[in-house]
Amino acid sequence: MNIGVVVFPGSNCDHDCEYIFKDVLGQSVKLIWHKDTLPAGLDAVVLPGGFSYGDYLRTGAIARFSPVMGAVKTFAREGGLVIGICNGFQILLEAGLLPGVMLRNTSLNFICKDVYVKVENAATRFTNRCESGQVLKIPIAHADGNYYTDPVTLGGIKANAQVIFRYCTAEGKVTPEANPNGSLDNIAGIMNADGNVLGMMPHPERSAETVLGNEDGRLIFLSILSAFGKSEQQSRLVSV
Amino acid sequence: MKAKIHVTLKQGILDPQGKAIEHALDSLGFKNAANVRVGKYMEVDLTETDRTKAEAQVKQMCEKLLANTVIEEYRYDLQ
Repeated sequence: MNIGVVVFPGSNCDHDCEYIFKDVLGQSVKLIWHKDTLPAGLDAVVLPGGFSYGDYLRTGAIARFSPVMGAVKTFAREGGLVIGICNGFQILLEAGLLPGVMLRNTSLNFICKDVYVKVENAATRFTNRCESGQVLKIPIAHADGNYYTDPVTLGGIKANAQVIFRYCTAEGKVTPEANPNGSLDNIAGIMNADGNVLGMMPHPERSAETVLGNEDGRLIFLSILSAFGKSEQQSRLVSV
Repeated sequence: MKAKIHVTLKQGILDPQGKAIEHALDSLGFKNAANVRVGKYMEVDLTETDRTKAEAQVKQMCEKLLANTVIEEYRYDLQ
């Protein structure tokens, strides 16, 4: 697969995403500076986590106007696969590629810890290697992950099975106590109606290797590979 | 011309910062302080001298960038 990872000023998970796709899963990855455009022939684009433009004004609000975002919008409109992780999710919301907004966490704290999320829809190009209802342990690291949208939009994305991940307990119960940031309906990740754009607050790239003690996040990347009929190549790390 | 722009969360949208400040005011003894809302204040100098045109520009700035109208509302003064 050909993966493009966009680098905004302030991105800090760009190399982690590159590492997972290239070194762990053996795919071809290009880092794309936000002032450039997308190269031809990409299968998927990653908007990585970080603090693009220092989170000035609102998270993702300024990155949305980066030159590359025009190309990302066109890529998405033409059916290209786009995944936004954490700050990438916030950018997708500000860019209007996904519905809703992020508010400050109700605790006002920056929360960095492992959380459990329930896979609400496993019939997507991002979750096909998961089982429906499966509980994944993936870390979050954000101050603005409190998802909000108006009741009509919420009803729409729920009815359309666009809610992909919800914060839950280790046993898979979606409770207020399991909600780390106050997100509406415990929402941790959503997809667009066409099923080719995913935004998620948890960081699967931080939990995709045995050596990290947690491989749950790997399922997201393996699902994307499966969606393109690919499987992971022999890891470069093994041969080193 | 100078635009003075206020962006605030809409009524009904939870404002965790406002809540925290409200609690702090309460613990300082300001028992009658309620409904604290935190917002942003911005000043923009405009070269436009026509008031109507300037107003249209400021509105566009707010709609496109300065406010996220899903959760925020804005008001401005032109001077």
